[in-house]
Amino acid sequence: MLLIECPYCGERPEPEFQYGGQAHVARPRDPAAVSTQEWADYLYRRDNTRGVHAERWRHTHGCGRFFNALRDTRTDHFLATYRVGEEPPAPVPPVLR
Amino acid sequence: MNEGLRTPGGGRIDRSRALRFSFDGRAYSGFAGDTLASALLASGVHLMGRSFKYHRPRGALAAGAEEPNALVAVRRDAARYTPNLRATQVELYEGLEAHSQNRWPSLAFDVGAVNDLFAPFLPAGFYYKTFMWPRGAWQTLYEPRIRAAAGLGRSPTLADPDRYAARYAHCDVLVVGGGPAGLASATAAASAGARVILCDEQNELGGSLLADAPGAGLGVDGRPAGQWLAETVAALTSNTRVTLLIRTTAFGYFPHNLLGLNERLTDHLAEPRPDMPRERQWQVRAREVVLAAGALERPLVFPGNDRPGIMLAGAARTWLNRYGVLPGTRAVVVTACDEAYDAALELQDAGVFVAAIAELRTGAGGAEAAKARAAGIPVLPRATVLGTGGRRRVNSISLAQLDDAGEPLAAETQPCDLVLMSGGFTPSVHLHSQSRGRLVWDAALQAFLPGDPAERVRSAGACRGVFGLAAALADGAAAGAAAAREATAPGRTGVRPSGPFPATPAPANGSTAAPGFVGVLPRPARGRGRAFVDWQNDVTASDLELALREGFRSIEHVKRYTTTGMATDQGKTSNLNALGIVSRTLGKPIPEVGLTTFRMPYTPVSFGSFAGPARGELLDPVRTTPMHEWARAHGAVFEDVGLWKRARYFPRGGEDMHAAVGRECRAVRGGCGLFDASTLGKIEVVGRDAVLFLERLYVNAWASLAVGRARYGILLRDDGFIYDDGVVARVSARSFHVTTTTGGAPRVLAMMEDYLQTEWPDLEVWLTSTTEQWAVIAVQGPDARAVLSGLVDIDISASAMPHMGVAPGYICGVPMRLFRVSFTGELGFEVNVPADFGSAVWRGIYEAGEAHGITPYGTETMHVLRAEKGYIIVGQDTDGTITPDDAGLSWALGKNKPDFVGKRSLARPALVSPDRRQLVGLMTNDPRTVLEEGAQVMANAGARPPTRAIGHVTSSYYSSVLGRSIAMGLIARGRARVGETLYVAADRGDIPVKVASPVFYDPEGKRLHA
Repeated sequence: MLLIECPYCGERPEPEFQYGGQAHVARPRDPAAVSTQEWADYLYRRDNTRGVHAERWRHTHGCGRFFNALRDTRTDHFLATYRVGEEPPAPVPPVLR
Repeated sequence: MNEGLRTPGGGRIDRSRALRFSFDGRAYSGFAGDTLASALLASGVHLMGRSFKYHRPRGALAAGAEEPNALVAVRRDAARYTPNLRATQVELYEGLEAHSQNRWPSLAFDVGAVNDLFAPFLPAGFYYKTFMWPRGAWQTLYEPRIRAAAGLGRSPTLADPDRYAARYAHCDVLVVGGGPAGLASATAAASAGARVILCDEQNELGGSLLADAPGAGLGVDGRPAGQWLAETVAALTSNTRVTLLIRTTAFGYFPHNLLGLNERLTDHLAEPRPDMPRERQWQVRAREVVLAAGALERPLVFPGNDRPGIMLAGAARTWLNRYGVLPGTRAVVVTACDEAYDAALELQDAGVFVAAIAELRTGAGGAEAAKARAAGIPVLPRATVLGTGGRRRVNSISLAQLDDAGEPLAAETQPCDLVLMSGGFTPSVHLHSQSRGRLVWDAALQAFLPGDPAERVRSAGACRGVFGLAAALADGAAAGAAAAREATAPGRTGVRPSGPFPATPAPANGSTAAPGFVGVLPRPARGRGRAFVDWQNDVTASDLELALREGFRSIEHVKRYTTTGMATDQGKTSNLNALGIVSRTLGKPIPEVGLTTFRMPYTPVSFGSFAGPARGELLDPVRTTPMHEWARAHGAVFEDVGLWKRARYFPRGGEDMHAAVGRECRAVRGGCGLFDASTLGKIEVVGRDAVLFLERLYVNAWASLAVGRARYGILLRDDGFIYDDGVVARVSARSFHVTTTTGGAPRVLAMMEDYLQTEWPDLEVWLTSTTEQWAVIAVQGPDARAVLSGLVDIDISASAMPHMGVAPGYICGVPMRLFRVSFTGELGFEVNVPADFGSAVWRGIYEAGEAHGITPYGTETMHVLRAEKGYIIVGQDTDGTITPDDAGLSWALGKNKPDFVGKRSLARPALVSPDRRQLVGLMTNDPRTVLEEGAQVMANAGARPPTRAIGHVTSSYYSSVLGRSIAMGLIARGRARVGETLYVAADRGDIPVKVASPVFYDPEGKRLHA
């Protein structure tokens, strides 16, 4: 069970949260203007990172807010959590090699 | 009890308290403080189990949690029957009833032992090679037979009557292991001001010290070790910052320093108090963890090394010093490490004749060997073991010295009833590995040691290769102090590590670590007898060599093919020897061969412990509506819909479901029905941009929806497939009352929040779940208006309140939101009142309706009525791959909207293909035949696999109103097939069906608008 730092509420256990998939996947502003391939990429293509992964979480059973996190998929350690609309902090070098 | 097998005094047993127990129905006795294994050994019983595959007689190899052989079942009553317990961990109590396993008819005479004779035909992977044909026989013949012949204990047949507790805890430092390193660690951490939890799997703290002879000369700070132990435990016990947990196994290491502990509370008691939980599962979140798990002695791999009476040297010391038991009378010691010499000398002191010590190392002749020789024990240097004799107990061992080429010289056979072996000690790195920490190979020590950690964890003492009491104590104290310093450092908040992980300090001086022996002992090419590597899974050195000859190279594949290191044992005694054999055969060093993953649990944990209190009624929350009690009192049969209990039908006078549903359907169509729709999801969407928000989210056009009107809304995901549906009413210019499906409410709200917070954060909209705030009473049927008109304070005539009208008002003096909507196809209303008034208003409507024959109906009738009208149920008639057009709902799409969620996807080529499945009606030729939901639909009669279905049945009922069966299905190009005959697969041959419109009743919708 992970411990997750909600940027609004602080450190809470994983059951209070829902995972929201990869972060910074923006919905095209004008979907009608993008090609079928671009639209399919937006819908379905996601990174499968071994290392630092930017991802979304929602503090469903707390403040209800979505936020973003940098998690090292090798260790499950969070390097940072930050609010929607904020730039990801400069990727912290992974703690483990 | 065989008095000759107990020492005259000493040990940690209470000789004033004799306890009676039984094993396989025979009566024995032991003492308080004994385990089942020590009491059996004291009674001269070495044969405790039959092996997994070959049914070979086995005794206790070890004295603790790593025991692979002596697995027993303990029975208290028919329901309290626990299989696969290690006899070395079962604490004796008065009246204990234990049984051996995997034997028939008895442990001493086991018919299954015939497997042993066929051993040449049962090598690794034999079942992959042998039981191939005929194919069908695997399920019916081979697998059941193999399962019956090979195996562990059987499960109890009754439900577990015991109670299991769960507890969450936080601490600064969690110390795993109550041996010298762990106790020193906890003491240091607590005196630095940290809150400490220390757990140990045994019934007593002390670890390796418990196996020491009294006054063994191992002094700590000038005190005998035993005195240090007692004083240290007393000091920790009285320290309020310290929680000591005995009989508590740290079985799993989970992310972010969460450890699972299994505390056993009553299994050691003769008569547990009925209010005591049997076990308690702790979930401990620790800022820092110190692992002081110790090391496990390694057995030696030589032919015939599995006979009862052959055991680890350290186990023999435990039997002697802790339990006062002589495990034999005439012993031979085979060793590659110094510790076994202590065992030999202590046993000799206690009166056991030690016939010889076979020393595997070439350079033997050190101080320990000299001491043994001085005591009159012959030491055979550079020796190996060629075999052993004896059936249910070892009675001889064949030793040989090696020549310069490493070939065995002439064998010498020694009679004996006890063989001690020691291949050195394997640090117990299970938990470090579970925490995803790295393991590094230490060539000098011939062991994997904890490397870079992946959590805030330190290892201390023997589990990181620091051996010897003084060194382990110093190492433990250093780790405890460092952990406390980090955990209580100023600015440290929470558990999550912020800085780098703990570095691995160099071990303190004075460690007596030595490499020991890894792999299989030298043996002649055509030796007799099997050399076991994994006792629990009956894997021999030859099995491993065979796997490699057959081409397996990855250690993970070798493990799975031979089953070495698998199951409940997780390779505690076998992993390293298996690796040594693979390494030697492949000619690759051990670190290149790699190591398989250590999996949790460290030792088996009962299911009850994981379930904890979440059983029966406490498994899940139960959601009931305000009208639940009324429905129950009126005989409703309920069904589970998610967590909700919903009334399914209201049988009268012995009706079955079919009869009740038929009556309820006719009542709604002929007069008036009353339905509890409170479980519908409800979301209040409010704010300046509420219209814009719904425009972007739902497929429908909302800007044109007037206040006081409602519309059937469809919600897609961005992939274009139907996600949810429901009626959406405009309550005011800036507020909407959105309803969702019963099961969909949380995910629809989550999706709304997602788009609102992350895609359109500029919109000013608030979302509030109101599912539980409104009770919803559906009044449906031609008489619905007549029933309600006397109860409400507003005009509900057809002109004042047409279909899809919404109005506030009062009913029975209670504020309401009245919807004129229908999921039945009849004139209908849905009365929304605050939940607390739901029951009263329901009763008010029911009483007013009695003059009209008002009939309560349930979800089953609701399903039939909506299907007669071709209304879909999301999740039944759709499956996450269905577009609005597939479902025949493209009329709902807002044609002029530039975008809505899913719109772009609806233009993708695959989603506009003419071959897509479309929702249609299916009519059987025989009106009494009701199709099976989910059945496949074929274009041709008599099609047999392999063939392709062109669709499937989604909804199917008997309609008593229409006097025939009706069904809907998703059929490729379905709407173009209306009038065609298709075939539905069924057990008794294909059923022909005619494709039709899915609207079976009142297609013009006259009744709806009445």
